[in-house]
Amino acid sequence: MTSLGQFGPAARLVLLLTLVLGIGYPLVVTGVAQVAFGSQADGSLVRHGGKVVGSSLVGQAYDDPSYFQGRPSAAGDGYDPLSTSASNLGLDNPELVKQVKERRAAAVKADGTRPAHVAPDALLASGSGLDPQISPEYAAQQVARVARERGLSEARVRSLVAAHTKGRTLGFLGEPRVDLLELNLALDRVG
Amino acid sequence: MSDTLAGLLQAAALVAALAVCWKPLGDYMARIFTTTKDLPIERGVYRVIGVDSSADQRWPVYARAVLAFSMIGVASLYLLQRVQSHLPLSLGFPDVPPALAFNTASSFLTNTNWQAYSGESTMGHLVQMTGLAVQNFVSAAVGIAVAVALIRGFSRGRTDRIGNFWVDLVRVTFRVLLPIAFVAAVVLVAMGAIQNFSSGTAVSTLAGHHQTLTGGPVASQEAIKELGTNGGGFYNANSAHPFENPNPLSNLFEIFLLLVIPVALTRTFGTMVGDRRQGYALLAVMGVLWLGALVAVTTLEMHHPGAAAQAAGASMEGKETRFGVPGSSLFAVSTTGTSTGAVDSFHSSYGGIAGGVLILNMGLGEVAPGGVGSGLYGILVLAILTVFVAGLMVGRTPEYLRKKITGREIKLVALSILTMPMIVLIGTGLAMSLKAGKSSMLNSGPHGLSEVLYAFMSAANNNGSAFAGLSANTTFYDIALALAMLIGRFVPILLVLALAGSLARQQPVPANEGTLPTHGGLFVSMLVGVVIIVAGLTFFPVLALGPLAEGLS
Repeated sequence: MTSLGQFGPAARLVLLLTLVLGIGYPLVVTGVAQVAFGSQADGSLVRHGGKVVGSSLVGQAYDDPSYFQGRPSAAGDGYDPLSTSASNLGLDNPELVKQVKERRAAAVKADGTRPAHVAPDALLASGSGLDPQISPEYAAQQVARVARERGLSEARVRSLVAAHTKGRTLGFLGEPRVDLLELNLALDRVG
Repeated sequence: MSDTLAGLLQAAALVAALAVCWKPLGDYMARIFTTTKDLPIERGVYRVIGVDSSADQRWPVYARAVLAFSMIGVASLYLLQRVQSHLPLSLGFPDVPPALAFNTASSFLTNTNWQAYSGESTMGHLVQMTGLAVQNFVSAAVGIAVAVALIRGFSRGRTDRIGNFWVDLVRVTFRVLLPIAFVAAVVLVAMGAIQNFSSGTAVSTLAGHHQTLTGGPVASQEAIKELGTNGGGFYNANSAHPFENPNPLSNLFEIFLLLVIPVALTRTFGTMVGDRRQGYALLAVMGVLWLGALVAVTTLEMHHPGAAAQAAGASMEGKETRFGVPGSSLFAVSTTGTSTGAVDSFHSSYGGIAGGVLILNMGLGEVAPGGVGSGLYGILVLAILTVFVAGLMVGRTPEYLRKKITGREIKLVALSILTMPMIVLIGTGLAMSLKAGKSSMLNSGPHGLSEVLYAFMSAANNNGSAFAGLSANTTFYDIALALAMLIGRFVPILLVLALAGSLARQQPVPANEGTLPTHGGLFVSMLVGVVIIVAGLTFFPVLALGPLAEGLS
């Protein structure tokens, strides 16, 4: 076959594979996924009072002191799924060092924590900008504030946090973490 | 459980899963590439495209088929992006501008998946499915086909035929990639990845803000993105995005997917050349390099390097809570070692030295264990160099797998090894001397140089991950990096196919007492040494100016 001769099969194969792999494959996967795991396939949406209030997998900006706060986010103006992003700042970048300092001061002011006790994930932005979870340490730091804002006992709030805390998956994968949307929704239900 | 123990168990679980799949998958692939039987569906494909599946090709024909297929592929992907606004499911996005479309087409064609765009604000669902995901499949298949052609160079003798590109491509697509990707996609959905055609759900959040939850056929793309060591995220946040990688289990599963074919191909190699110990030896080399990088990066990151992590008390900038440092480091090392380029954490915010290890991991030539196919042919090229060096030491004509390594083979090997560093160093040098290159840096000083070096390293190695601080969507970087990707992919492919042709022609020589055994510990250590010395000598000066200077200052 001549050099030019290879273009015929090439073009036909690209077209054929585009149909099979580009249309057939995702359609079949979608069909199976929607039938077998519909809720996950649609984004693990969370409803409250009949309305969708978010996805349990996607963080939100909870900027109200009566809610548990998430991590700093570099996604758009914060937790924007249309603009997911990390800060990409190097660890020696003065800008990031300054941000850490400011966030620590803000956490001390809001939560009454001692500066050295502020949880690392309260100070550092996530990779996606949509991190739906925080560490148990960061949650513990916010318990007193949330309890005060809502007129609940700290013990009550602490037990809600515990109810929405996951350990490591299978005991050794990933990190212990607190699901924020579920926790904050539970707080809203309590009052 | 301590962080360290959990991290060790996680790595052990991964290794165990890979070990279980190594033999069945490796032998299955060996059968695919040696059988003469076509499946009924494949016979249909050959009829439609008009090729004779029983006709093996000489290397120049095989190479022309690779190039023709790739040229049509790049043109098709470019065109799809350029007319996106007229296509269904475009989500209202405009046509992708020419320089970016060229960059993206080159990137997905070459199995790089460098992304100078944000998925969620640039690409409609149809372009993602029929353009990007299709290249995810076929660029992986092309890599495997070339690796198999090189294996045939060793396993065959006195022939000028190295296989049929169309048959290799079709078989690996229909018998390996498609079935595994399908199962993996469904598993990912079960874990929480999304799979729909929604253009987005507007919600009012608890605090009363508006948030648009994105939709899309994500899981189907995620599966082949990892399995094919592609790495191009549906979203800008890539595998850090909860819809792509929802939990620690999906994280481990995705790492498994991106390693499983490159690792199993060493078995395929051993089986096809009729001496499985040869496959063990290559696997050992890959394992040592991967493990070394993993230990280095995880340890460095656990000790929170850099001023900001030091101040905060953990290296969690750019990392997700659910993965933590061990889950992120494992992903980072596996993705840079396999030319995948997917990320579940952002490498720019790793400590200076850990970032340097990730760059060096790519600089090794992506052989730890390397991309699908490209990792195997990469390490075989280095193995030939190793027997040559060993031959020089004792003054004998080197041979590898009963084939003589003559001047012609060594020239091809040397050119192939030199291609990538030439692109990286010339590209980085050029960028640093031009205003258009420097103005894109986010961080200044050594970290800024690391951003540029990482970009060219990633492009030339067809990796695709980024020190994402760099504003890479400028005409200069779009074009320069596209060229780096194309040259970095196709020059070595052509040289490897020429090498396959040259080896296949030889009559195998019987082994004698002077032959260096290439399956033992001695050869494994020599090969590890050659990989590190070649990469180290090539990149040490520029690593010293970038990541090392940053980490030590």
